[in-house]
Amino acid sequence: MPAIEETYDVCVVGAGHAGCEAALACARLGFETIIFTVSVDSIALMPCNPNIGGSSKGHLVREIDALGGEMGKNIDKTFIQSKMLNKSKGPAVHSLRAQADKAAYSMEMRKTLQNTEHLTIRQAEVSEIITKNDEVSGEQVIIGVKTCSGRTYYCKSVVLCTGTYLCARCLCGEMITHTGPNGLQAANYLTDSLKEHGVEVFRFKTGTPARIDKRSIDFTKMQEQFGDERVVPFSFTTNPEDVQIEQVSCWLTYTNEKTHEVIRENLDRSPIYAGVIEGTGPRYCPSIEDKVVKFADKDRHQVFIEPEGINTNEMYVGGMSSSLPEDVQYQMYRSVPGLENADIVRNAYAIEYDCINPNQLLPTLEFKKIKGLFSGGQFNGSSGYEEAAAQGLIAGINAAMSISDKKQLVLKRSESYIGVLIDDLVTKENHEPYRMMTSRAEYRLLLRQDNADLRLTKYGYEAGLISEERYQWILKKEKLISQEISRVEHVNVGANKEVQSLLEQYGSVPLNTGTTLTELIRRPELSYEVLAPIDKERPELPADVAEQVSINIKYDGYIKRQMKQVEHFKKLEEKKIPEDFNYDEVDSLRIEARQKLKLYRPISIGQASRISGVSPADISMLLVHMEQMKYQKKS
Amino acid sequence: MKTDTIAAIATAMTVSGIGIVRISGEEAFSVIDKIYRSKNGKKVLSEMDSHTIHYGYIMDEEDVIDEVMVLLMKAPNSYTREDTIEIDCHGGVLVMKRILETVLKNGARAAEPGEFTKRAFLNGRIDLSQAESVIDIIQSKNDFALKSSMSQLQGVLTKKIQEIRGEIIHEIAFIESALDDPEHISIDGYGLELEKIVSNIRNSIKKMIDSFENGSILKEGINTVIVGKPNAGKSSLLNVLLRKERAIVTDIAGTTRDVLEEQMNLNGIILNIIDTAGIRDTTDVVEKIGVDKAKVYVENADLIIYVVDSSTKLDENDQEIIGMLLDKKVIVLLNKSDLSPVTTDEEVKLYLNKKIISVSTIENTGIDELEEEIKEMFFHGNLAFNDEVYITNIRHRNALQNSYESLGMVLRSIEDGMPEDFYSIDLMSAYEELGSIIGESVEDDLVNEIFSKFCMGK
Repeated sequence: MPAIEETYDVCVVGAGHAGCEAALACARLGFETIIFTVSVDSIALMPCNPNIGGSSKGHLVREIDALGGEMGKNIDKTFIQSKMLNKSKGPAVHSLRAQADKAAYSMEMRKTLQNTEHLTIRQAEVSEIITKNDEVSGEQVIIGVKTCSGRTYYCKSVVLCTGTYLCARCLCGEMITHTGPNGLQAANYLTDSLKEHGVEVFRFKTGTPARIDKRSIDFTKMQEQFGDERVVPFSFTTNPEDVQIEQVSCWLTYTNEKTHEVIRENLDRSPIYAGVIEGTGPRYCPSIEDKVVKFADKDRHQVFIEPEGINTNEMYVGGMSSSLPEDVQYQMYRSVPGLENADIVRNAYAIEYDCINPNQLLPTLEFKKIKGLFSGGQFNGSSGYEEAAAQGLIAGINAAMSISDKKQLVLKRSESYIGVLIDDLVTKENHEPYRMMTSRAEYRLLLRQDNADLRLTKYGYEAGLISEERYQWILKKEKLISQEISRVEHVNVGANKEVQSLLEQYGSVPLNTGTTLTELIRRPELSYEVLAPIDKERPELPADVAEQVSINIKYDGYIKRQMKQVEHFKKLEEKKIPEDFNYDEVDSLRIEARQKLKLYRPISIGQASRISGVSPADISMLLVHMEQMKYQKKS
Repeated sequence: MKTDTIAAIATAMTVSGIGIVRISGEEAFSVIDKIYRSKNGKKVLSEMDSHTIHYGYIMDEEDVIDEVMVLLMKAPNSYTREDTIEIDCHGGVLVMKRILETVLKNGARAAEPGEFTKRAFLNGRIDLSQAESVIDIIQSKNDFALKSSMSQLQGVLTKKIQEIRGEIIHEIAFIESALDDPEHISIDGYGLELEKIVSNIRNSIKKMIDSFENGSILKEGINTVIVGKPNAGKSSLLNVLLRKERAIVTDIAGTTRDVLEEQMNLNGIILNIIDTAGIRDTTDVVEKIGVDKAKVYVENADLIIYVVDSSTKLDENDQEIIGMLLDKKVIVLLNKSDLSPVTTDEEVKLYLNKKIISVSTIENTGIDELEEEIKEMFFHGNLAFNDEVYITNIRHRNALQNSYESLGMVLRSIEDGMPEDFYSIDLMSAYEELGSIIGESVEDDLVNEIFSKFCMGK
């Protein structure tokens, strides 16, 4: 029997998408790390949708990759279909989404964890966190965790990534089971320990649709949805040639009036509408009951039938998550064209779980009141695999940085979706599971999925998760891009026959006099790529470099204007509020604003301005007060 | 923050019926207790209720300075949100000065310009844009500019800007929600719809910007140009208006060779009166320069006073002048009404359909009617003034201009067939710029500016 006490640098609680990223980051940075899971078989489990990425979530995955995280690499190894979404829209909203082979995804991540040095996997339920009070500052400091079996693990940092497992409860109509997702064991003790340590806990809910046996579906009544002909990998390190695989299809069908009727008639049996569910669900990932009630005027809703993997017959019914009872589910699903004879393998269900109010966290994802305790993922009140992984990675990096006393990583809203995600979580009031959306990013034209590497690789490098070689390539890439942009600016195009006929080919107005290639690229109907034939001196460039050149020239005006907005934003972000700032001294603050500011303790004027309940007038009061403090110090 | 107690004379330092001395700060009541005496000598003002008025005397030791009414306002129910006292006294400059001196002797200090407002702002009584209009009020030169600043203080501008911002954010929200939920919210054909909305918004912004163009003229005065053929009596008119001998007046035609400019205050409306050389075909080089210059002034004038010599016939010089005035704001003066008329107003009306007034600059008749007419035009907005929202502040103007241009970019994006997600970039810029006018976007710069204007931190 091993010692009843063990010592590590970092304990990671939970091995979902957040936990895996956190543990990998710490171990890769050389810290002895242990990751706890209630079941080793559920590492990187995808208990809901069988895909990674999608609108704005695809951005997160690429950012995770640029910082040295694992999610992008893992999906590149295990996807079975891939698609770039929103291609008809601007480059800011292009987003990659890949269907995963769920089992393979989970297994591949497990292999990566197992083969990472300094990383120990342990199947155990953590039931307590252990803290002590710092002798000098009196602050609460984390010193370890305890498992249900009574073993103690001492460490310097803890990362909590408990997902939907804390006091979890699954609901399927009148049937309620006290389990985590997929019938896995819930974690019923940790919440109490957290509460004892002064942590404020919320209750959220989310849900998942049924899985249907492929053999019972009539695909002829559905539209086939293919993957892209040329697949773009998620990871900047994946060789694009390696992802050109045989892909499987998804299918599109629709609900109809009959479906809606079934739902309306049985609403009283839905735990949400009957008031059985206490938790708040995500508005943006609504159950089919919610959609029918909310969009009462719509006569149909999209239903995507997606494979759960290569070696399973289960098909995921996207768009129809539900907590209605089993018998209603049968009626409801079978009213959908193509699903008339559907055999349900797993019922749809809703799940309720404990999570924290993330305003207790610093932007580093460390608890304000417990030094060394970090957290990430659904535990922080978010929803989605990608949101979880992103936080897990940042929490992991910062847990490691705090041990080695290095500068922690806080990404800005103006440089990443991850920055937006975390800032929103820790600053804004959050009453439902937080889902990433493009509209949440103010500066999205700068935060494209195609330039995540250019934006963030340097941070991953500074943290120690990106190799020298990869970093050098980014520096070189930047140079190649700017060189090519300035070359193109100086390429003169004459009004000759070759040019005019190329213009004609793309329905573009012929030239009267000479112009530059840059000017032509800016025409809406033209691009850097299509003008290649008249650009004789064009150097051979890697595709990703050419892509950046093209986007930067074409949208130059918009990019510059957005950058101006960022300048303004940064000015307020850089106005730091001293940590010991006394809000009681600012007489003129409104009471609500004062309370909020004292609670959130924002690090900058910018962050303060985003707290709900703090008005611009309050901010000007703060600015004036800070200005006065400066004068007083001077005199 | 502890603040000291300030005092100032709140009314104009001119002879007037009534004057007010205002005191604000923690010591306000202890100051007034020391210098106030009621009729029976027993009343103590600090023990009285807030928002009451008390008759009595202001005393310097044992001397009665003035018989006064004292208005009490206790914190936070006052403009500065501090204890505030207003002493209504007799309006003589000397009396007001003596009362203020007594107040200062008893524990208050003299307020700096704008300091009451600074306190109102610091104590959260007014917001930044209101504070800004108070600065405008302090600095404004005439009643109309003042009126405009006052209405800004009352939030007319705020309301209008909020309205426009509301419309813009509505469109942004629609685009964003369509991007987030393409299944349920369709954005097809939205460009055309947005184009209309944005064009309308741009028009209202343009109107406000134009009001500034007028407003800036207003702050310096309305450019009022006096024209007429030589020796019609233009310079005499100027002198009569200014009530002094500013221009050299002779009987010799062509005496005024250059352009003279003078400012006058007509019941609060500031006029820049410009006397020009008489317009005639001349060979005199110096006079010709003056004549050409006069034509340029006419072109750029806000108001033209056309002086006709009613004792002579309308000649080709008059015809040339009339040709320049057809689409201008003009008042025609039939001068020399003291002489027997040769040209009548019916005759002038044939060529120029404008307001005509008979005057005599010699006998000083008809001048009141002219002044009335100018005021009338001004207050009825006939001088192209926009009475909706009136922009008098350069920062506001610039913000409006920026948002106008951003909205232009939106139209351009629509025209270029850009994807919808591009619209929101410039819509957002316009929204933020407008917000900076009413203090709804957080503006670091503005705080600094207000700060320096109020000499804060002292």
